[in-house]
Amino acid sequence: MAEEIDIIDQVTQSDYKYGFVTNVESDNAKVGLSEDTVRFISAKKNEPEWMLEWRLKAYKAWLQMTEPTWPNVHYPKIDYQKIIYYAAPKPKKVLNSLDEVDPEILETFKKLGIPMEEQKILAGVAVDVVMDSVSVKTTYKEKLKELGIIFCSMSDAIKDYPELVQKYIGSVVPVRDNYFAALNSAVFSDGSFCYIPKGTRCPMELSTYFRINEANTGQFERTLLIADEGSYVSYLEGCTAPMRDENQLHAAVVELVAMDNAEIKYSTVQNWYPGNKEGKGGIYNFVTKRGICQGINSKISWTQVETGSAITWKYPSVVLKGENSIGEFYSVAVTNNYQQADTGTKMIHIGKNTRSRIVSKGISAGKSQNSYRGLVKVNPNAENAYNFSQCDSLLIGDRCGAHTFPYLEVSNKSAKVEHEATTSKIGEDILFYCNQRGLSTETAVQLIINGYCKEVFQHLPMEFAAEAQKLLAVSLEGSVG
Amino acid sequence: MLSIKDLHASINGKEILKGFGLEVKPGEVHAIMGPNGTGKSTLANILAGKQDYDVTEGTVTFQGKDLLDMAPEERAREGVFLAFQYPVEIPGVSIANFMKASLNEVRKHRDLQPLDAVEFLKVMKEKMRFVEIDEKLMRRAVNEGFSGGEKKRNEIFQMAMLEPTLSILDETDSGLDIDALRIVANGVNKLKNENNAFIVITHYQRLLDYIVPDFVHVMYNGRIVKSGGKELALELEAKGYDWIKQEVDATV
Repeated sequence: MAEEIDIIDQVTQSDYKYGFVTNVESDNAKVGLSEDTVRFISAKKNEPEWMLEWRLKAYKAWLQMTEPTWPNVHYPKIDYQKIIYYAAPKPKKVLNSLDEVDPEILETFKKLGIPMEEQKILAGVAVDVVMDSVSVKTTYKEKLKELGIIFCSMSDAIKDYPELVQKYIGSVVPVRDNYFAALNSAVFSDGSFCYIPKGTRCPMELSTYFRINEANTGQFERTLLIADEGSYVSYLEGCTAPMRDENQLHAAVVELVAMDNAEIKYSTVQNWYPGNKEGKGGIYNFVTKRGICQGINSKISWTQVETGSAITWKYPSVVLKGENSIGEFYSVAVTNNYQQADTGTKMIHIGKNTRSRIVSKGISAGKSQNSYRGLVKVNPNAENAYNFSQCDSLLIGDRCGAHTFPYLEVSNKSAKVEHEATTSKIGEDILFYCNQRGLSTETAVQLIINGYCKEVFQHLPMEFAAEAQKLLAVSLEGSVG
Repeated sequence: MLSIKDLHASINGKEILKGFGLEVKPGEVHAIMGPNGTGKSTLANILAGKQDYDVTEGTVTFQGKDLLDMAPEERAREGVFLAFQYPVEIPGVSIANFMKASLNEVRKHRDLQPLDAVEFLKVMKEKMRFVEIDEKLMRRAVNEGFSGGEKKRNEIFQMAMLEPTLSILDETDSGLDIDALRIVANGVNKLKNENNAFIVITHYQRLLDYIVPDFVHVMYNGRIVKSGGKELALELEAKGYDWIKQEVDATV
């Protein structure tokens, strides 16, 4: 057994490969949060009055709220007065090509293995890069514009499409929804905005790379995505962050709206700095993601691969309001060393004949704790609602934990709700068996993990799936013996 | 091919092997028999490289190399195969994927190109017929929900795929009905040639009706106490192990 633990340590303790810092001058807000901070942020961004009012309302709501304690995670109390709420790279003149982007920023992207140029040409991916809260560069905007698709930073959207923003912001995740959502609403720095017009199929995967890059800077993105009647969009979100000693708070809000016959596919690969082997540092990722299937036959599908962050608190959810609407959640959550994750989904069935599917794969290694928390709620009017949930846990070694908290609230007799759960362990005996067939321990683990996550990976866009596999291998490197 | 000399091994301080010795040459089939708890499975596990044991004395040389110095996967790639007594389930990995990864590792070690999907499938189907395994099983996770017989046949199937130099069958016959036993034995007989060797560990003479050994060794108390030809197995079947125990205990 001692042997097994040694090997597990070796495998789980590979260093975070994306830990580096870019020296870009920042234009920061003062440390701490007050009404002045909110005003400062809004002013910095030249926002209209209504936006400031909205932020202030959120700030006041936040003051009356308390931080949730129900998640199965533990961390030292956050001092919200010690956080810098706004940091932006020095504004430059409007950029027309990549040559005009700060070479150091480009260097960072290279280290991350994001070949922006190639991505544009080869993959046909429009990348809206968020670097420390401000969009540095938006690509492919023109091409999308021809189709009437809006894909821009939230700041631009507030200026250029105020009526759309005003109508939908906070419509899915209200200001008072939860503590972190309220905080985000007050101080959100930037994010992405996307609108797909009626009957339009977005011809490319829309993609955003987030990156937290300022010591002590909370990152508060706000993403709003609206798919109008009969439209389709696939949206990718992927992130890495540099190595840090101090914990960094990240509280994003993502809102999705799907109208009649619209479909949104939202995929995330999240790889923020998880802290070091002793559990020091790492990102606190407290995210509120929710979509509403507003119209009939609409569909929202969340796919996430979560490998990073010291603490993850995240429940991408779907409100199934439109008749015959469909909500899906496919998740792989990996925790290693001292990482903690409390993640899952909520499927709220309101409309008739609504269907939802949950496939959650938790992988725990090292001394980490991984919890699935899911709610399936069927309202009285949701005739013939159907949910299928599959929650699997995989343990690597014997010092980690996996927990499952499924909640079912069914108020309609015609509803059908199915739940399946399994727990497996990659133990010494399995690894020895694989070794005896010529497979190294690393290869064996990869093989098992990839097999285990297949059902989720197949819902990711192709190039993302390959990236996700790579990421999992890196995250669990050395983790099994 | 394989030379085991004065092997002593213990687990948690308890000595299991007490001066075990065995010489195996290419083309030979050795049967190791003996009552429960005499160290037969320990021997198999030590040869395959399981970590739980401490080898305190002795040497194991395989094709001129120090076997004990190699990691389990290196031993496998060098051509040592263990058909497990209790094959484990590997969640989420289909037999096809598992064997493809395994075979390609072994081929790499032998300086052979990996098989592409089409070639692999061809080889796999051929070997599956060989052990009469239902093709449907190939898409299932390794050993998941397999019957006892299916698990054992799966071991022989993997052996056929990897074409090892030395195969160790650890009580592959236990829990098999007569048909499965015949299939397993047929598999071994067809794989047998002048370049490879088999160590067949078994309780009963039954398997040796189908796999005819060149040598039969009786193991008792951590070492071989009697060796002979195939007729020794018949004698054991007729007389049981007690006479051997008495013989050994009398001389101690």
